[in-house]
Amino acid sequence: MSHSHSFDKHYLEDGKGFKSWFFTHDHKRLGVMYLWAIGIFFVLAAIASFLIRFEHLSPGQTIVSAQTYNVLFTLHGAVMVFLFIVPGVAASFGNFLIPLMIGARDVIFPKLNLYSFWIYCAGSLILLLSLAAPVDTGWTFYTPYSIDTGTNVILVTFGVFVLGFSSILTGINFIVSMHKLRAPGLTWDRLPLFCWAAYATSLLQVLATPVVGITLLLLIGERYFGLGFFDPAKGGDPVLFQHFFWFYSHPAVYIMILPAMGIISEVIPVFSRKPIFGYKAIAYSSLAIALISFLVWGHHMFTSGQSKLINIIFSVITFAVAVPTAIKVFNWLWTMYKGSVELSTAMLYSLAFIFLFTIGGLTGLFLGALAADIHLHDTYFVVAHMHYVMIGGTVFGLFSAIHFWYPKMWGKMFDEFKAKIAFTLIFIGFNVVFFPQFILGTQGMPRRYFNYAPEFESLHQLSTYGTWILGVGFILMLYTLFKPVGVADSNPYRSVSLEWSMPSPPPTLNFEEIPTVTTSTYDYGTKVEQEA
Amino acid sequence: MQIMKFIKSLAYPSEMLPPIVEEESHFDPETEHSAAKLGMWLFLATELLLFGGLFAAYAIFRAKYPTMFAEGSASLDVVLGTVNTVILIFSSWTVAVAVSAIQENKIKLVQVMLWITIICAAIFGINKYFEYSYKLSNGITPGTDIFYSIYFAATGVHMLHVFIGMAVLGVILKKTYEGRYSKENFTAIEIGGLYWHLVDLIWIYLFPLLYLVG
Amino acid sequence: MASSNPYKTYLNIWLLLMFLTFITVYVAQFDFGTLNVPIALLVASIKAGVVALYFMHLKYEDSMTWIFATYPLFLLFLLIAFSATDIFTRVAN
Ligand code: HEM
Ligand SMILES: [Cu+2]
Repeated sequence: MSHSHSFDKHYLEDGKGFKSWFFTHDHKRLGVMYLWAIGIFFVLAAIASFLIRFEHLSPGQTIVSAQTYNVLFTLHGAVMVFLFIVPGVAASFGNFLIPLMIGARDVIFPKLNLYSFWIYCAGSLILLLSLAAPVDTGWTFYTPYSIDTGTNVILVTFGVFVLGFSSILTGINFIVSMHKLRAPGLTWDRLPLFCWAAYATSLLQVLATPVVGITLLLLIGERYFGLGFFDPAKGGDPVLFQHFFWFYSHPAVYIMILPAMGIISEVIPVFSRKPIFGYKAIAYSSLAIALISFLVWGHHMFTSGQSKLINIIFSVITFAVAVPTAIKVFNWLWTMYKGSVELSTAMLYSLAFIFLFTIGGLTGLFLGALAADIHLHDTYFVVAHMHYVMIGGTVFGLFSAIHFWYPKMWGKMFDEFKAKIAFTLIFIGFNVVFFPQFILGTQGMPRRYFNYAPEFESLHQLSTYGTWILGVGFILMLYTLFKPVGVADSNPYRSVSLEWSMPSPPPTLNFEEIPTVTTSTYDYGTKVEQEA
Repeated sequence: MQIMKFIKSLAYPSEMLPPIVEEESHFDPETEHSAAKLGMWLFLATELLLFGGLFAAYAIFRAKYPTMFAEGSASLDVVLGTVNTVILIFSSWTVAVAVSAIQENKIKLVQVMLWITIICAAIFGINKYFEYSYKLSNGITPGTDIFYSIYFAATGVHMLHVFIGMAVLGVILKKTYEGRYSKENFTAIEIGGLYWHLVDLIWIYLFPLLYLVG
Repeated sequence: MASSNPYKTYLNIWLLLMFLTFITVYVAQFDFGTLNVPIALLVASIKAGVVALYFMHLKYEDSMTWIFATYPLFLLFLLIAFSATDIFTRVAN
C-alpha cells in the first residue's frame, strides 16, 4: 500500500481478491468484513430462533425434540450474544467510522486491528465447531449444570474466551486512537457522539472482559483438572460463578447498546436539521453508564439464593443506572422538537429505536425491582424485555447505521421506498413476536421451556406468526440493500460531520491532508451549514 | 508469505503486542511511542482484572475456610517460594536496566540484561516444576480442596504469563542482535519490559498470600 | 529517564525490594492474629507501588496512564466487596 495511489483510488477498489481483504490493515475494509461476519451470524441465529418459535406453534412436540430445543436456544443465545451483538456495531461501524470521524488515516494500531479480526474469526470457528456436539447449558453456562453436563462445554467456553481477546484488543485500539489521533482542533467537546459512545464501550470491553475470561478459564479447569471453586460438592460456591459471570455480562449489555445509542445521536440531528440538544449530557452520560454499569450486576441474581442484603443493594443501584439512559432519550426527543424532521429510512429506524428501547428499558426497571423480579424472573417477560432492548435497541440501531452510512460505505444509493416497506414489516413483525411474550410472562410462562400449558397456546401462536412477518421484512431489507439504485455523491444527507466531507467511498488512507477542525460536529441550521 | 508471517507471529507473540512500528507508518514516531505505552497500560489493566477473579476467589474462600487455608499454606515450601520471589524481583531489575540502557545505545548491556532476565525466568519455571511434581507425587491435586484449587489455578495462570513474558523478551533479544533497536527506536523493549514487570507485580502478591499468611 | 543516573536509582530500588521481601518472610513467623493478612498486603503493596513507580516509570507518565493503572484496582475491590457481601450475609436468609 504505497502512499502515491492511496488517495486517488477508493478503498473498495484498492486491491482485489481474497488476500487484499483478509490481510488488509485498512480499518474500513475490516469494518466491512465485521459487518459481513455479524450479518451472517445474525441470519444463522435468527434461523435457529424461527425454529424455536415454530416449535411453539402447538404444545408438546411440534417439529423438534426437547433436547434439540435446548440445543437450539443455546445456539441462538450464544451466537447472537458472542458472535453477533458483542462485536456488533462497535467492531463494524466503530472500525469504519472512528478514524473518519476523528480525522485520522487509520486506527492507531492497524496491524493489531487485523489480528483482532483474525482472533474473532478463530473464536467464532471454535464456537461453531461445537455444532458437531452441541451444548445445552444456555448461553450463560451456569454451574453446577455446566460442570456436570456431558455436552461440549469446554469447546464453546474456550471459543468465548478467544473472542474476548478480540474484544479487548479492539477496545484498546479505539481508546488509544481517540486519545492520540484526533485531528488538530478536534477537542473532546467537539468529538462526534458516536465516538464518545464507542469510547465508553471500549472501556467496558477492556475492563469487563478479562473477568469473564478468567471465569470461563476456571470453568474449563473445573471440568478438566477438577478445580472446586464453583462446585458445591467440593465446598465451592456455584453462585460465585454467577457473580463473576454477571460482573462482565451486565456491563456487556451496555457493550451491546452503547454503540447503537451513538448511532442514534448521529442520525437524529441530521434528519432534524438541528444541532443535537444537550451534547455534553449525552457524551457524559455514556461515560456515566460505563462507570455505573459495574455496580449493578446482582440484579440478574435476585432468585439465585443470593443474600437479602445484597439483593436490596443491587436493586437500589439499578435504578441509578436508568438515569443516564433516560437523559439520552430526553435529549434525542428535544433535538427533534421543532426541527424539520425528515422521515428517511435511517431516521425511521432511529425513531423506532427510541420507542422500542424505552419499552425495553421501562420493563427492565420492573425486573430491576426486587419484588417484581421474584415473580417475573425466568419467565417470558424476561425474554420479551431483552429482545425489546437487543432487537428494538441494538438491531434497529444497526439497521439505522446500515442505511445511513450506506452511501458512504458503498458509494451507492438504495431504494428508499422499498427500504421503508421493509422497515414497516420488521417493526410490525417484531412487535407481534415479542409483545405477546410480556403477557405470557406475567401469566407465568417460564423461559427455556420446551412445552407449555394449553391455555398459553393462542399467544404462543401469535408470537410465531410474528416471526413470519419479521422474516419477510428481513428478506426484503436484504434485497433492497443488495440492489443499489444509483451512485451516491459525497454528502447526500447534507451532514456536517467529518466523514461526509470526503468522497464516497473514501480513499484508502482517508485524508490526503489531515483536516483542522474549527466547529462543533452538529452545526445544523447555522452559518457553517450554509457554507457547506 | 503473509500466512507464514502470521504463523511466526503466533510463535513469537511479541509481534502481536502493540509496539508495531510499521515499515511504512501513517503516524509520527512520537505519537506511536506514547500510544504504544498507553495501549500497553490498558492491556496490563486487563491482565490485572484477569487475575482479579482469582484474587476475589482467594479472599472469599479464605474467609470462609480459615483452617483449610492455614493448613494448606503451611504445606507449601516457603524456601522455594522465597527463592522464586528473589529471582523474579531480580529479573525485574535487569529489565529496568535494559530499558534505560537502550536509550543510551548501550546494546551490549541490553543484551546481557535480557539474557539474565530470561535465564531467571527459566529458573523460576524449573523451581515451579519441582514444586508441582512434589505436590502431585504426594497425591495433592487441584481438586484436593479449595486451597489447592486456588494454589494451582493462580500459580498456573501466573506461570503461563512467565512463559509468555519469556517468549516476548526472547524475540526482543533476538532482534537486538539484528540491530533493530536503538536510542531512536526502543518502544518494543520498553513495553516488553512493562509486561515483565506485571508478571513480577502479580507474584509480589501471590507469594505472601499463598506461602506466608496461614 | 528523568533521573540523572537511572542505574543508581534502580539499584537502590532493588535493594529496597529485597529488604521488604526479607521483612515479609521474617514477619510471617509471628502470629498477629487478624492482622496477618493486612500486614502482608501492606508490605506487598509497598513493593508493588515501588515497582510500578520506578521500574515501570509510572512516576513519569501522564494522568491518563495513572487512571488506567489504578481504575482496575477499584473494580477489583468492587468484585470482591459485592460478592463477599453476598456470601457472608447469606445465612441471614
Ligand atoms: C431475529 C429475531 C429473534 C427472534 C425471533 C428471537 C427469539 C427467541 C426465542 C424464541 C428465544 C427462546 C426463549 C425461551 O425458550 O426461553 C430466544 C432466546 C434468546 N435470544 Fe432471541 N430472538 C431473536 C433475536 C435475538 C437477538 C438479536 C439477540 C441478541 C443478543 C437475541 C438473544 C437471545 C438470548 C440471549 C436468548 C436466551 C437464550 C437462553 O435462554 O440461553 N435474540 N430468542
Ligand atoms: Cu443487567
